[in-house]
Amino acid sequence: MRLTVNGQPHEFDVEPEMPLLWVLRDELGVTGPKFGCGMALCGACTVHIDGKAVRSCQMPVGSVKGAVKTIEGLGTPEALHAVQRAWIELQVAQCGYCQSGQIMTAAAFLAQHRHPTDEQIDMAMTANLCRCGTYPRIRAAVRRAADSLGGR
Amino acid sequence: MGRIRTIARRTFLIGSAAAAGGLIVGWIAWKWPIANPLLKDLEAGDVTLNPYVRISPTGISIIAPRADVGQGIHSMLAAMVAEELDVAWGGFTVEHGPPSAAYYNEAILAEGVPFAATNDGFVARRVRGLTKVVTKLVGMQVTGGSTSVPDGFEKMRVAGAVARQMLLAAAAKQTGVAVGSLRTEAGAVITPDGTRLEYTALAAAAAVSSTPSNVTLKDPSEWKLLGKPHQRLDIEAKSTGRFEYGIDMRMPGMVYATVRTNPRIGGGMTSMDDAAAKASKGVIKVVPVKGGVGVVADNTWRAFQAAAQLKPQWGAAPYPATSQEIWDVVAASFVKDRQDSRFKDEGDIEAALATDGATKLDAEYRIPFLAHAPLEPMTSVARFADGKLEVWASTQMPRFAVGMAAKAAGIEPEAVTLHTLPSGGSFGRRLETDYIEQVTQLAVAHPGVPVKLTWTREEDMTHDFPRPLGMSRARGAVKDGKIVAYALDIAAPAVASSQMGRLGLSVPGPDIAIVAGAWDQPYGIPNYRVTGYRVPETVPVSSWRSVGASGNGFLHDCFLDELIVAAGADPLRERIRLCTHDASRRVLEAVGEMSGWGTPLPAGRGRGVAFVIAFGVPVAEVVEVTNAPAGITIDRVFLACDVGRVLDPVNFENQVQGGVIWGLGHAVNAELTYADGMAQQTNFHQFDGIRLRQVPEIIVQAVKSGSRIHGIGEPPVPPAAPALANAIFAATGQRIRELPLRKHINFA
Repeated sequence: MRLTVNGQPHEFDVEPEMPLLWVLRDELGVTGPKFGCGMALCGACTVHIDGKAVRSCQMPVGSVKGAVKTIEGLGTPEALHAVQRAWIELQVAQCGYCQSGQIMTAAAFLAQHRHPTDEQIDMAMTANLCRCGTYPRIRAAVRRAADSLGGR
Repeated sequence: MGRIRTIARRTFLIGSAAAAGGLIVGWIAWKWPIANPLLKDLEAGDVTLNPYVRISPTGISIIAPRADVGQGIHSMLAAMVAEELDVAWGGFTVEHGPPSAAYYNEAILAEGVPFAATNDGFVARRVRGLTKVVTKLVGMQVTGGSTSVPDGFEKMRVAGAVARQMLLAAAAKQTGVAVGSLRTEAGAVITPDGTRLEYTALAAAAAVSSTPSNVTLKDPSEWKLLGKPHQRLDIEAKSTGRFEYGIDMRMPGMVYATVRTNPRIGGGMTSMDDAAAKASKGVIKVVPVKGGVGVVADNTWRAFQAAAQLKPQWGAAPYPATSQEIWDVVAASFVKDRQDSRFKDEGDIEAALATDGATKLDAEYRIPFLAHAPLEPMTSVARFADGKLEVWASTQMPRFAVGMAAKAAGIEPEAVTLHTLPSGGSFGRRLETDYIEQVTQLAVAHPGVPVKLTWTREEDMTHDFPRPLGMSRARGAVKDGKIVAYALDIAAPAVASSQMGRLGLSVPGPDIAIVAGAWDQPYGIPNYRVTGYRVPETVPVSSWRSVGASGNGFLHDCFLDELIVAAGADPLRERIRLCTHDASRRVLEAVGEMSGWGTPLPAGRGRGVAFVIAFGVPVAEVVEVTNAPAGITIDRVFLACDVGRVLDPVNFENQVQGGVIWGLGHAVNAELTYADGMAQQTNFHQFDGIRLRQVPEIIVQAVKSGSRIHGIGEPPVPPAAPALANAIFAATGQRIRELPLRKHINFA
């Protein structure tokens, strides 16, 4: 089986029903996407497939058609994505476990919505769970990233 | 006893004294009586100046020996050391360090004594002081109770100051310049001619000089780091997917495991058909663990798949099997035989309740079981080889974890090496050691290679040791616009005895958590009584963010609100009038100003206030809600509190807002219920708080005072639920006396 992850081609041999999350984490060693629920309820496993936010815990690897991008491929400490920069500037994370998924959801949303309203931001981010309660900072960071991307 | 008294006397005699320009600390030897645990594993070229500072030729490491479960304590404790050591922010690494009695938490038991936080009298102070002696003797290295900041505030700064003093002495010896003519700056000693002598180059010489007998700590006005926002040391890694949690560990030869144990906790296993699981792809072996089995495989998902094919026969629950039966046990506990405490007993309640012409009220309130459900499920890694066990796990009790792992492996604690990891949340869950015992059993059964255990969310939700349920029966009387009597009876299981019982320890005396956040509230009500009843243990329970106060705030403050309303008084102004504690009164006044209390709200909106002092921190919250056709919306929350001193305003605000959301979210939406001996909620579709679209604006103010310093992880939680319930009453006239609130009213 073949998959492009963060621009790198990979070849591996697993059953096609294995969720993309576990191929990334256990087979390819890409651990930015997290396991939180296994039922697409929390969003910690969110990655992009051809730019679209996808819950990798519910995506059989055999059904993946397109290039996969994880938080590691979104930006690096040396070259941050605007969403990551906002997350750092506003110090959003507490335990941080949900934040890979939050950031990937926000990045995909902002790529599709250049002029988001506050209400659209709230709805877009509501599918991602944060047990620590960093929501006020998540909300502020998405707004800041939207501003810096020139949309608002 | 003789030993305790001797050490205690030394504690009291040798203290610290305030002096111009700082605080002279002269009890270093007492503080560090236990061998420096860093000496044991020093690598060639490394030195350690005390249990909190290790320096290699290439860098400085600060040891922050508390679990970072998201509260940012590694950055906070490191800032305390760095402030006095004089190293640039980020010019060092921070690590948890090894389990050691040297890292005992001197503040952890101080809230467990029957003295209200508002009581700062001689006896209360002396008994709190004695608890420090106990934690030291036991070597209680524990993260919890919002104690990491009060515990570390002085000792971490002393650690930095002592190390700096030793580095200065080494520089003086090397250069021949007197210490008084040297200064320090960003990790180096600077000579009068401007030469920089890096700490990393001075460390070896400093390590052989003697520890100074006293040091002077900076006056807060000289602080460069503390009291100011600084970027959390983990924020970049956590924002770029590069932070490594326990669940992310990868090692050569590692195998991946999960467990299935009886969700009727403690019920054991009668039989297990594992044929299908063993034949499942990638499975290496199926091995017994306490209460069930573990599946070892070559991939976590394959382990999950195989575990799902197990056909277990579980034993019966050793407790009543349904929520209804458990509530019956609670309801039957309001009897003399089960009375556990009556720490508050003022005036003559029965006479006051019989006052002629008084309006009498009574009510029953309920709070549910709640899961911790940190987003990173229980996970741990272990390798067993040659009779030695190495464990990598997040735990809030590393020394207890070592003991339990040793027991599970059948070896001595000295043969166990534990690496304490940061984690993706805890909220008290990682005070338990079940997942560490399990990974030990797996590693012993599959020796020689690292075994990583990962729980499914379903295993996590159905094998929690939840926040206990509870019930209150309250009676009160009002007359002439005033409360004349308030009697509150609370029945709940005891957290501490359940939790410590699993570690083989017994806890004597009454259980403070049954009445915490209720008995100790600062109101001058003339006839005022709070009684705790200990419910026999049913489902085993544990500490959950803000422990007893998490639910007692709702039980105590909502009925107080009922009494104030019945008296025809204003909810905020009457709490202020009744308040007998200056710091508490100030936060009530502050939240009134912040929220514009008393200004009119449009129709359909309501404002509620609640106040709880817990963990030494008075917290007042005002919640504003709208009663809309689609349901209740929570619009804004105002919070004022007094922690003595805020050491990082950004992290402080984040912790407070997170605590409010934790309190509101569970109050609105969450409960664990039991049927057939098992928790009925298995994942986040059945157990969730509020999500972003329901999260209100939360405005926070730290009231400045001269109070002792306190932690803020837990105190914002207890007033959130009652402030919301009181606001819903104000907006709708509906008084809700059971959580979660959504059982009684819709939320938009």
